[in-house]
Amino acid sequence: MTDTALPYTAAHDHAHGDHDADHKPSFFARWFMSTNHKDIGTLYLIFAIFAGIIGGAISGIMRAELMQPGIQYLPWWVAKLHGEGTFDEAMHFWNVLITAHGLIMVFFMVMPAMIGGFGNWFVPIMIGAPDMAFPRMNNISFWLTVAGFILLMLSPFVGVGAGTGWTVYAPLSTYGEPGPSVDFAIFSLHLAGAASILGAINFITTIFNMRAPGMTLHKMPLFAWSVLVTAFLLLLALPVLAAAITMLITDRNFGTAFYDPQYGGDPVLYQHLFWFFGHPEVYIMILPGFGIISHIIATFSRKPVFGYLGMAYAMVAIGLVGFVVWAHHMFTTGLPVQVKMYFTAATMVIAVPTGVKIFSWIATMWGGSISFKTPMVWAIGFIFMFTVGGVTGVVLANGGVDDYMQDTYYVVAHFHYVLSLGAVFSLFAGFYYWFPKMTGKMYSELLGHVHFWVFFIGVNLLFFPMHFLGLQGMPRRIPDYTDQYAYWNHMATVGYMVMAAGMAVFFVNIIYALLAGKKAEANPWGEGATTLEWTLPSPPPFHQFETLPKID
Amino acid sequence: MRSFLVPSILLAAGLAFASPGTAQPAAAAAPAPAAAAPAAPAAKAADPTLDATGKPLHQATPGVGEPVDKAFYLQQQVTPTGKEAHDFHNYILVPLITIISAFVLLLLLWVIIRYRRAANPTPSRTSHNTAIEILWTLAPVLILVAIAIPSIKLLAAQFKPAPKGAVTLKAIGNQWFWSYEYPDNGNIQLTANMLKEEGQVGKGQRYRTDADGPRLLATDQRVVLPVGVPIRLVTTATDVIHSWAMPAFWIKLDAIPGRLNETSFVIQKEGVYFGQCSELCGARHAYMPIAVEAVSPAKFAQWVASKGGTMPGAKAEPASTTAIGNDATDATANGAVEAAPTVDATATPAPSNKPATANPAGAGNTGN
Repeated sequence: MTDTALPYTAAHDHAHGDHDADHKPSFFARWFMSTNHKDIGTLYLIFAIFAGIIGGAISGIMRAELMQPGIQYLPWWVAKLHGEGTFDEAMHFWNVLITAHGLIMVFFMVMPAMIGGFGNWFVPIMIGAPDMAFPRMNNISFWLTVAGFILLMLSPFVGVGAGTGWTVYAPLSTYGEPGPSVDFAIFSLHLAGAASILGAINFITTIFNMRAPGMTLHKMPLFAWSVLVTAFLLLLALPVLAAAITMLITDRNFGTAFYDPQYGGDPVLYQHLFWFFGHPEVYIMILPGFGIISHIIATFSRKPVFGYLGMAYAMVAIGLVGFVVWAHHMFTTGLPVQVKMYFTAATMVIAVPTGVKIFSWIATMWGGSISFKTPMVWAIGFIFMFTVGGVTGVVLANGGVDDYMQDTYYVVAHFHYVLSLGAVFSLFAGFYYWFPKMTGKMYSELLGHVHFWVFFIGVNLLFFPMHFLGLQGMPRRIPDYTDQYAYWNHMATVGYMVMAAGMAVFFVNIIYALLAGKKAEANPWGEGATTLEWTLPSPPPFHQFETLPKID
Repeated sequence: MRSFLVPSILLAAGLAFASPGTAQPAAAAAPAPAAAAPAAPAAKAADPTLDATGKPLHQATPGVGEPVDKAFYLQQQVTPTGKEAHDFHNYILVPLITIISAFVLLLLLWVIIRYRRAANPTPSRTSHNTAIEILWTLAPVLILVAIAIPSIKLLAAQFKPAPKGAVTLKAIGNQWFWSYEYPDNGNIQLTANMLKEEGQVGKGQRYRTDADGPRLLATDQRVVLPVGVPIRLVTTATDVIHSWAMPAFWIKLDAIPGRLNETSFVIQKEGVYFGQCSELCGARHAYMPIAVEAVSPAKFAQWVASKGGTMPGAKAEPASTTAIGNDATDATANGAVEAAPTVDATATPAPSNKPATANPAGAGNTGN
């Protein structure tokens, strides 16, 4: 990047054969009491992969059930978990599955990987800082996330499981579902939310105060920009979620009636509060991905990012507008028509900065000298798939159209295109891009490409037919469907299997790289990789930048 | 799974709470049980939608009002707003998003081929071009404005309140079935349960046949509505949030406890139409379908009579006039957010038009 191209002048003395810098604590102290941003980043990544396996396996159970009309496997699963159950228990278990899948993938896979994993690893390095501003708070952020995950995992074992959907809508989540399971799920969100707020404070402080001399905000790499914007979204949105779900807890347990119309409460209040958090949340999940993609596109095109300032401020704009569009998730709740008109128009505005980003990425490649290493193919896949997910978002933005699409598989297709093919593609792109840096080992390019193509075909086969199901009116969150929906559902499940095969290749590749991968150089990607992490050895020393780099 | 049963009191109240009509002093005394309503005008006429054995006379037309196997398009629309929305989607949105996606794909393919390392070993250093940046900011703005105009028009068309004389249908979501009231037609009440398959019911119980409709979509009682007459749909719920959805009408309206939501539509074609609850409402969310049979107004009147109801215009009976008079109140009560204090709620404590939530004592509670 021109503006961020960092003619890096600091002495390279720390880059080789570090003595003090590489003095690592003992195993327990290093991994359980860690204050090192890179170790915490590694922990977050391992955690996210683990949670992703569980969340992905749950979707496997769901797709298996949906492969054919009728109820096939749910009673068997309930029998395994709780002993022979009634039909209603089996149907409720379906709702537990969809809830767990959503919560795990959002709060315990994408967010920890993006912000906790890559953010922790590379934001300090990219801005030339030795570590995060608050290393101990960083540690507590991680372990709170783990605690939240454990609470969520315990939830189906302390009762019948939380079957409220990831949105936890009242009153289904208040008087609609008694028992401790939902309380566990809510407390799990509290913990994950607290962890994210602490993390956000940490990132904001780090980025504002610990940039290396000479690195102005307008020279800062785009990934750091993306995490900065994300951190502000977290900081402003999560307290609203915390308030909303705390009111759920008090409604459930302490006799309040915030959401109970019987005593003057209003269930729709919950939806407003939830989506005031929930919409920024989707940008929380995708903005760091935008940052990652910008770096990868620039690196492998050997060109600076096109329109750097436009890219940075497009993210700021997306973040700002993201706060004033929430009710487009609620078009069928009986909003007045003027409100629907406003939210329709406001939502469409988001397409403008998003378009700027898409075109700038293409312009970055334009005139470049592109090499198609694994991270680059993921990044190119991301651009196209995110575009497809984005344009169906423009369809859904129309309040009038939403009277048909709301809560159908069209919505499921849309958000999986922007998340499962958007956010997840950017995660894989980032993972392959930084894997040599983080581990000092090269992965197999061949397996990386195989992973990409199998996964790409799989997820498209999995999610594209869902548009058709939605257009035919199939509601989401149902375990059984009328027989006319059988064809596309069957195809989606086949797509899941292909996708799962792609994931197997991914794990083989990681194991291969860790055991037998070639040693990675400091900068395996060549002249296009201009950010500070490529000036350090791979893996970087335990403490980097004891002498701060100077950026001119 | 007892834990999912909302207190049965909710249900009881939901079923008992009468239409707004009965909230008027005139009728308040007796929240009349459905069929018994106004001193049965004549011997009950035969239900024109059923044959002598009680089986439905009309079957759904394949491909209309129900999903189509392997289809990749919207369901056929039978309401004017549905057709408008359908055309907006098919002729504006779909071509536009296809062109945009194809454009991005072509650009990507072009740079992949033209600027691969073998074809272009030395990269340019261009990183700015103000003109093109302004262009690709403004072009999407124009495209979005082009979408927004028909979109806002569509919203306005969908919002048009039902005129006087519309047939009012009140859909009440319950875990897990829909119940219905026709407050302008002598307060007919229906309960619609999903029909189970042959193997799933006890001996002698009714099960689904193909005459009833597709699996998981057929109900034991269909909602009968006239074609060509504006329908005012009012939704609410007795327990948790449900959503009354009918794809062929382009209608989806949440049924929320403590609220009355309203919308309106005109069915243009006789037939049988199917929809499903569209808001997660607990264990059997997948099993509360919606089946509407649209018939000619004459047949509708016949059906109303067979249910012991009355047509509003037919007689100047006080009960029915209050019902009409009350529509206005009903309408104002329903802009959802501004729903707040309605005339009725303060008028009579008992079965106020604050629905749903077992609130016999919450009389003064006009809020939310």
